Amino acid sequence: MSSLSETERAAARPPRAVVGSQISMDEEMFGAVFDGGVIRRFLSYVRPYRRSIILALIAVLVFTGAQLSIPLIIRYAIDEAIVSDRADTFRLTIAIAVFGVVITINYAANYLQDRLVGLAGEHVIFDLRRAMFAHLQHVALSFMDKTEIGRMMSRLQGDVNSLQEFLENSITAFGDIVLLFGIVIIMLMLDFKLGLLTLSVVPTLLIVRVIWLPRARVAFRRARETNSITNGALAEGIHAVRTVQGMGRENVNFQLYDDKARENMLAHLRSAKFAQAMIPVVDTLTGAAMGIVIIVGGTQVLDSTLDIGVMVAFLFYVQRFFDPIRSLTIQYSVMQRAMASGQRIFEVLEVPLAISDKPDSIDPAVIDGDIAFNDVTFGYTKNQPILKGVNFEVKRGETVALVGPTGSGKTSITALLHRFYDVWDGAVTIDGHDVRDFAKASLGRHIAMVLQDPFLFTGTIFENICYRTASATREDVERAAKVVGAHDFIMQLPDGYETVLEQQGRNLSLGQRQLLSFARALVADAKILVLDEATANIDSYTERQIQTALSRLLKDRTGIVIAHRLATIRGADRIVVLQQGSIVETGTHDALIAQKGLYARLYALNYASFDDIPDDMLQEALSGPAQT
Amino acid sequence: MQNTAYQDRKSAADQKPTADTAVLLRIIKLALRYRVRVAFAVGATIAAAIFQLMIPPLLGSAVDNALGLLSGGGVVAEDARSALVRAALLLLGASVLRGVFTLLHNYNGEAIGHLLAYDLRLAFYGKLQNLSFSFHDRVHTGELITRGMLDLDGVRMFVNTGLLRLVLLTILIGFGAYLLISTDIWLGLLSLSFVPFVAWRSSIARLRLRTLWLTLQERMANLGQIMDENLTGIRVVRAFGAEPYEIEKYDAASEEAMAVAEERIKTRVSSTTVMSYAYFMSMGLVLWVGGLRVLDGTMTVGTLTVFLTFITILQAPVRQLGLLVNSIARASTCGSRLFDILDLEPTIDDRADAKPVELTEGKVRFDDVSFTYAGEGVLPVLHGVSFEVQRGKTLGIVGPPGSGKSTIAHLLPRYYDPSGGRISIDGQDIRDITLESLRQTVRVVQQDPFLFTASLENNIAYGDPWADDGMIQDAASAAQIDGFVGLLPDGYGTLVGERGVSLSGGQRQRVAIARATMLRSAVLIFDDSTAAIDAETEQRIRESLKPHMANCASIIISHRLGALRHADEIVFLEGGRIVERGTHDTLLAENGRYAALFALQNRDGDTDMALQGVAE
Ligand SMILES: Nc1ncnc2c1ncn2[C@@H]1O[C@H](COP(=O)(O)OP(=O)(O)OP(=O)(O)O)[C@@H](O)[C@H]1O
Ligand SMILES: Nc1ncnc2c1ncn2[C@@H]1O[C@H](COP(=O)(O)OP(=O)(O)OP(=O)(O)O)[C@@H](O)[C@H]1O
Ligand SMILES: [Mg+2]
Ligand SMILES: [Mg+2]
Repeated sequence: MSSLSETERAAARPPRAVVGSQISMDEEMFGAVFDGGVIRRFLSYVRPYRRSIILALIAVLVFTGAQLSIPLIIRYAIDEAIVSDRADTFRLTIAIAVFGVVITINYAANYLQDRLVGLAGEHVIFDLRRAMFAHLQHVALSFMDKTEIGRMMSRLQGDVNSLQEFLENSITAFGDIVLLFGIVIIMLMLDFKLGLLTLSVVPTLLIVRVIWLPRARVAFRRARETNSITNGALAEGIHAVRTVQGMGRENVNFQLYDDKARENMLAHLRSAKFAQAMIPVVDTLTGAAMGIVIIVGGTQVLDSTLDIGVMVAFLFYVQRFFDPIRSLTIQYSVMQRAMASGQRIFEVLEVPLAISDKPDSIDPAVIDGDIAFNDVTFGYTKNQPILKGVNFEVKRGETVALVGPTGSGKTSITALLHRFYDVWDGAVTIDGHDVRDFAKASLGRHIAMVLQDPFLFTGTIFENICYRTASATREDVERAAKVVGAHDFIMQLPDGYETVLEQQGRNLSLGQRQLLSFARALVADAKILVLDEATANIDSYTERQIQTALSRLLKDRTGIVIAHRLATIRGADRIVVLQQGSIVETGTHDALIAQKGLYARLYALNYASFDDIPDDMLQEALSGPAQT
Repeated sequence: MQNTAYQDRKSAADQKPTADTAVLLRIIKLALRYRVRVAFAVGATIAAAIFQLMIPPLLGSAVDNALGLLSGGGVVAEDARSALVRAALLLLGASVLRGVFTLLHNYNGEAIGHLLAYDLRLAFYGKLQNLSFSFHDRVHTGELITRGMLDLDGVRMFVNTGLLRLVLLTILIGFGAYLLISTDIWLGLLSLSFVPFVAWRSSIARLRLRTLWLTLQERMANLGQIMDENLTGIRVVRAFGAEPYEIEKYDAASEEAMAVAEERIKTRVSSTTVMSYAYFMSMGLVLWVGGLRVLDGTMTVGTLTVFLTFITILQAPVRQLGLLVNSIARASTCGSRLFDILDLEPTIDDRADAKPVELTEGKVRFDDVSFTYAGEGVLPVLHGVSFEVQRGKTLGIVGPPGSGKSTIAHLLPRYYDPSGGRISIDGQDIRDITLESLRQTVRVVQQDPFLFTASLENNIAYGDPWADDGMIQDAASAAQIDGFVGLLPDGYGTLVGERGVSLSGGQRQRVAIARATMLRSAVLIFDDSTAAIDAETEQRIRESLKPHMANCASIIISHRLGALRHADEIVFLEGGRIVERGTHDTLLAENGRYAALFALQNRDGDTDMALQGVAE
């Protein structure tokens, strides 16, 4: 270990930052330009609830009307039923009854509005989230490869929530705007000149906003960005906690996280300053408007050119006039946030489904299982082909092994068979049909895969082995588990097949997870079985048992087997040897051994202990072409 | 399953209403770290309330002035005008001050919230980074992320929308009540008749909302988990054509969450609107009773008008009560979920007198070690395992899946503590060594390595963020990944997709090997870390690591026996017990399980014979 202490080194050079630092890349992935269609697209999700929304809007109008009329009724009650000469209990009772009716209407409208909007908002939000989730199910894998899950989750959760906030707010905002216009009209009708004079403060507000807006927008955006950066770092810290502890990175990471969290805090303080800055402005203008009414109106009253009642009404309305402006100001940041969120959500929904079914896609009930790769060229990034003119065939009932150094493209071949990606050139066919002509669901049904990384879901072992094969019975599951030799260890678990697996099955050993993922593929009972290093983490003895049981299963199925431990593939009908994306040898085990090529070399290294390998062969092996 | 979880929570929420206040008090205590700011914020809140209360009387007096001047008749116009200007200026001043203090109130409220959130974020992150593996085994990452994001927000917002609003509303309502009661006690009480009702409703609503929030958070977490796993396991989903099944699963969870979300809205709406209704009803009562009394002549119109003006002061605060209740309910729920985590202590931590390790021979020793993972009905994983390996020597471990090999690799760096026996390095019990120095001494290449969404270089240098490029390249070439990196356009700067999706299985493993071996530790464990690497590359790796291995004690777990051929000792683990041990040669001579395994992998081995040999 270095003699310098961590702090000394920190002073000399900042640490290599690996704490949630890839955010910007994700932003670049989507077109960053705002197309203005957010609201339009959002409305299409609101449309199913338009009856609720229309009802709610009516309720808002009624509610606003009731709000505005309550003071009038009180005034009437006092003027007419209590003070005037005609005052009597009867009139008072009538007035009170009217008041009672109005507040009941007020209550009902308020209730209706809040409830309808709240529920519709909730529904829209759930619909949107579902639409995104469903969309992601069909988005090209090449897109998903580049997307950070944490970032996607923040779109699925955070952004969706801020849209909901917006929806709830926009109804109140609507009420506010209705109120605003109502008041302007009433004021102008009461006294046009005084009305205009009072409203003369409004342009000031507009000017202030013009100055304020661009700065505020920057501050708000910064706050949001730092939010996602901080949350991304948190998510990474949680996902990677084992590595962090194993590598002793706790302190460094804490420092890095601290920087991000502090930046986030400062950005929020700044944006809070901007958000609040409008309040005194609005209040000052309210004061100024009231001052104008008092001075100008008061003078007119003194000159007897204005009714005192009108002046009182003006004062009342001025106060109410600025309330909506105030709340609209406060809601500005909500709207900003909602716009940005909406943009991010619709970006996800607009990711093209690069791999989608053709209109006339085929979905045969049964297939024979003949596979052919015809001159397939493929790569993940432009100009970097991974597979170069790959040609091979697997006939029905055959088992073909793919062998080759690490990174030679074996897994990529299986990915193409299942059309996780589309080939650049050439074609992959099943039963003579291009895989691009199959419906995706059809491929899923006819090809069962054991992936190189055994991924398990949270849930019981039983659920995991069945997975999407809903028709699988307990017997099917147990049979599959027995074939892969998992039954015994499953029965030793506290709840047997009902034992709940923790996230990604981490309460099992890796080999055990691999066995379950293997069993899952067997239960799917497909014509084509792809085993990508399905027994890499399993000892040869257990593996041998699996092979014995499996050979019966594979008899009438087409198999593709990938393995580095060559004993695994001894039973294959044919072996295809790959190197750097090209097929270098094909043949049976014996033929390939006789050929003394790459396979023979790998085989020698594989089975023999070092000492058994002739020196020249070892030398050759160790100085052979660089592996990728 | 989710339902029972919900029930558990629900009963928990019902049982301890006091814990609720305890949580809120704790949040307040945390906020009090910023004492000065809190005092300032409360002061500003009070001032804002006062100026807000000043405006209606000022308006009233302005109107009275105008009226009085009008009826007084004989006053000089100049005086009248100056009185008006004075009133207008006062009003302007009060408005400006109200605005300024509202700004200070809101800004400081938000600021304290963000400062508090910053503290909590750090505490939460720090805690999670230090909580032991056994904790992380049990809790879903999605759950933790939800707590760190949504629950933390709930707590943050409490300062402004809960605490300060409570102060504001208390002052406004209290002052309004004082004015009303001091003007006329009976009518005052009448006009406040809605208060007990509102208090009652809001406390019911608060409890109900709290439960709903808890349930909702849980169901949303569940939904989040489904989405997260779907995206993480996307290849499995695609491979099985399971998209419809996944959507079905999602829909079920979504509907469950939806039901609670709807319930929450209904509860909130019915409680807030009915509060306003109650308020207006008491206003109506005042109007009625007051009106009757005016008609009787026992009260003046003036008093009634004053009364009605004062009541309107209460309108906005009453409307805001609903928000207050919601905020409090949310904060107490979120707070308790957050504090649940913050209060945990890592089960594995430094002893009080822990010292850094002192290395002499670099000898690792397991003495009769037994281990059981936490959980009910879980069987022991290791039974009395003993072995020794010292600097320059290699121990090989073989065994069927689940035999406990990785568990051994996890016990040595104290990811878990053994339930029996003793593990030591150069005679020092590892529990007496500081964790930091222990983990610097023991490096593990995990069986299932985690790669970061970062450049290759940052991934390799993860254990030593100050490593220079030379160290990284050396490590990469030792792990035989340099050839691959050389072909990449961006070389070491190439971004590795999330969890290494853009790498092949063997490339991932080699990055993990480079990452661990770069650190030159005294003990190195390879947990099946060449399973996805071809034999040829593996040989090269072994060749290039030879100098390093001569300087450390290494433990190699492998299924490929060629890799263990030269180990100084090989143990065969089965069911957590060492059933065979020796060197390659002695084990072969023993003709037991190891020998059978070897035969299976040996090119000349008659596999079926070997199989029978073991079965017998
Ligand atoms: N999703 C991806 N995006 C970009 N590049 C990829 C992706 N998956 C694989 N690659 C690259 O393609 C090449 C072939 O990878 P592939 O996984 O097919 O190899 P493999 O033969 O299965 O190797 P291994 O035996 O190590 O599993 C590698 O160089 C790898 O880095
Ligand atoms: N975090 C955990 N919680 C509970 N049980 C666990 C946990 N990790 C492993 N186990 C159990 O402990 C036993 C030993 O697991 P371990 O990972 O040590 O096996 P292994 O020998 O490494 O197997 P493999 O060869 O498959 O990697 C297994 O039965 C497994 O189910
Ligand atoms: Mg692969
Ligand atoms: Mg293991």
